[in-house]
Amino acid sequence: MAGITDLGIASIRDGFRAGDFSAREVADAFNTAVAGAKALNAFIVETPDHAIAAAEQADRDRSEGTLKPLSGVPIGMKDLFATRGVQTTAASHILEGFKPEYESTVSARLWAAGAGMLGKLNMDQFAMGSSNETSAFGNVISPWRRNDGGNAPLAPGGSSGGSSSAIAARIVPGATGTDTGGSIRQPAAFTGISGIKPTYGRCSRWGIVAFASSLDQAGPMARDVKDCAILLEAMSGFDPKDSTSLDLPVPNWETGLSGDLRGKRIGIPKEYRVDGMPGEIDALWEKGIAWVKDAGAEVVEVSLPHTKYALPAYYIIAPAEASSNLARYDGVRYGLRELPEGAGLQDMYAATRAAGFGAEVKRRILIGTYVLSAGFYDAYYTQAQKVRTLIARDFDAAWELCDLLLTPTAPSAAFALGEKSADPLAMYLNDVFTVPSSLAGLPAMSVPAGLDGQGLPLGLQVIGKALDEQGVLNAGLAIEERAGFTARPEAWW
Amino acid sequence: MIAARAMSVDSATVRRIASLARIATSDAEVEAMVPELNNILGWIEQLGEVDTSAVQPMTAVIANTLRLRDDVVTDGDIRDRVLANAPAAEHGFFGVPKVIE
Repeated sequence: MAGITDLGIASIRDGFRAGDFSAREVADAFNTAVAGAKALNAFIVETPDHAIAAAEQADRDRSEGTLKPLSGVPIGMKDLFATRGVQTTAASHILEGFKPEYESTVSARLWAAGAGMLGKLNMDQFAMGSSNETSAFGNVISPWRRNDGGNAPLAPGGSSGGSSSAIAARIVPGATGTDTGGSIRQPAAFTGISGIKPTYGRCSRWGIVAFASSLDQAGPMARDVKDCAILLEAMSGFDPKDSTSLDLPVPNWETGLSGDLRGKRIGIPKEYRVDGMPGEIDALWEKGIAWVKDAGAEVVEVSLPHTKYALPAYYIIAPAEASSNLARYDGVRYGLRELPEGAGLQDMYAATRAAGFGAEVKRRILIGTYVLSAGFYDAYYTQAQKVRTLIARDFDAAWELCDLLLTPTAPSAAFALGEKSADPLAMYLNDVFTVPSSLAGLPAMSVPAGLDGQGLPLGLQVIGKALDEQGVLNAGLAIEERAGFTARPEAWW
Repeated sequence: MIAARAMSVDSATVRRIASLARIATSDAEVEAMVPELNNILGWIEQLGEVDTSAVQPMTAVIANTLRLRDDVVTDGDIRDRVLANAPAAEHGFFGVPKVIE
């Protein structure tokens, strides 16, 4: 049926329930779209059979009256989530061929809710990157192109770049992402879609390949706010297998959606007006301020004085945790083994890790190892964790004055592949607006808000208090309703 | 603390941390890594400006209590599944190169 792939999560769910189409028709339409979009390189593994099996179950459930929340809905799964029997690599050569014997909690919840899997989505290797150029399985290409006719391949953002590219290209209606310092929000902004990182602890980390455990958080990416709310409800919930999982009921975020912001105070953090930010992004931010006022919110200026220290603190804490987490890749229990002739155990470790990890992963492991090493631990790691406390206090102080914060999501529109990859530091700076809320564990989302002069999407970010995903989603909805963002990339792939 | 911050890494330091991290590196890789790491470390050193003398390091972003579970076996008897992805499983164990001469 023509047009099915134009539908989002809610429309597919509701159309399937209403009998407008079968789940099998939906799965077939998206499987065909996925198979026809190889030029985007959004998938590492395609799993049409998984999508079809879930669809056939959904069709049986519909006839028997046993529908589940996501019956009939196929999604993409970021390759950071362990999926039983399906290769899970974190886009790293060191895990090539790894087929987990277990299922991550988040993916298991989605399958239990009736969703099917279209495939495992490409990403930055071990989620380390902001452009999807660190994958061992090749760059993901954004479906968007500049309107200058040059057709330069653009970054879909990262690390959840397969997710963002696939959603923007309408080859999946929604997908999982993970966000450590902005890996859901920045790719969402780059590709004109929505994505929410919930409060740290809402989604179980069990079965998600670990990068920086005190920051990693799963969340949904989809075309609009409502679709994000639907997916987030299915993904969230207490999990005894994750010691940092929050033992709290999952709110009915979809039911609670309202773009009416009367009575809400929205803070504009003055430190987010950074030097060198394009005027177009400033102008979009002003539009966003007008939109939330139009929705009834009161807008107040606030100060988050330690903002400039968030990125350097992040680039100590995240590599430190990564260097520890990635010690597990030893060539013994799973994944790649490099065993040079006559090598002993230590040589095997070093050869395996040298061959298996990409350059950015090695860079971060080395930084992490250095900042945790004897004599440097306090100067770097302890100091970073103290600064992190100050950043969290900044937000606490802001919540005395406002309920939510509104900022741009990223300091630029999508850049071309190769444009920043030679300078790690320039790449890190792309996370300037997303990292502070990650360090504080707060819920935050990006919604598409407009196009720049080159015809590329720009996003606005809403940050909320801990556990106030509803407030974040509602402000996102108010912006979405007023931005009227309907642009989509022209299919060239 | 301050002295540590003022330091920059040289190729010997890069070799030492690569060895600690169990990542084999060629001389060319080490030489390429020295300026890269110094660039990044130089940038993160700005954290030294922040007065943190009265601040406790962050331990948990969201207040949560550490749960304890009963001290009982909750899974097991899955040896073959544990070994299923091992590069060299032998006789029900993980195989590694000889470590005792």
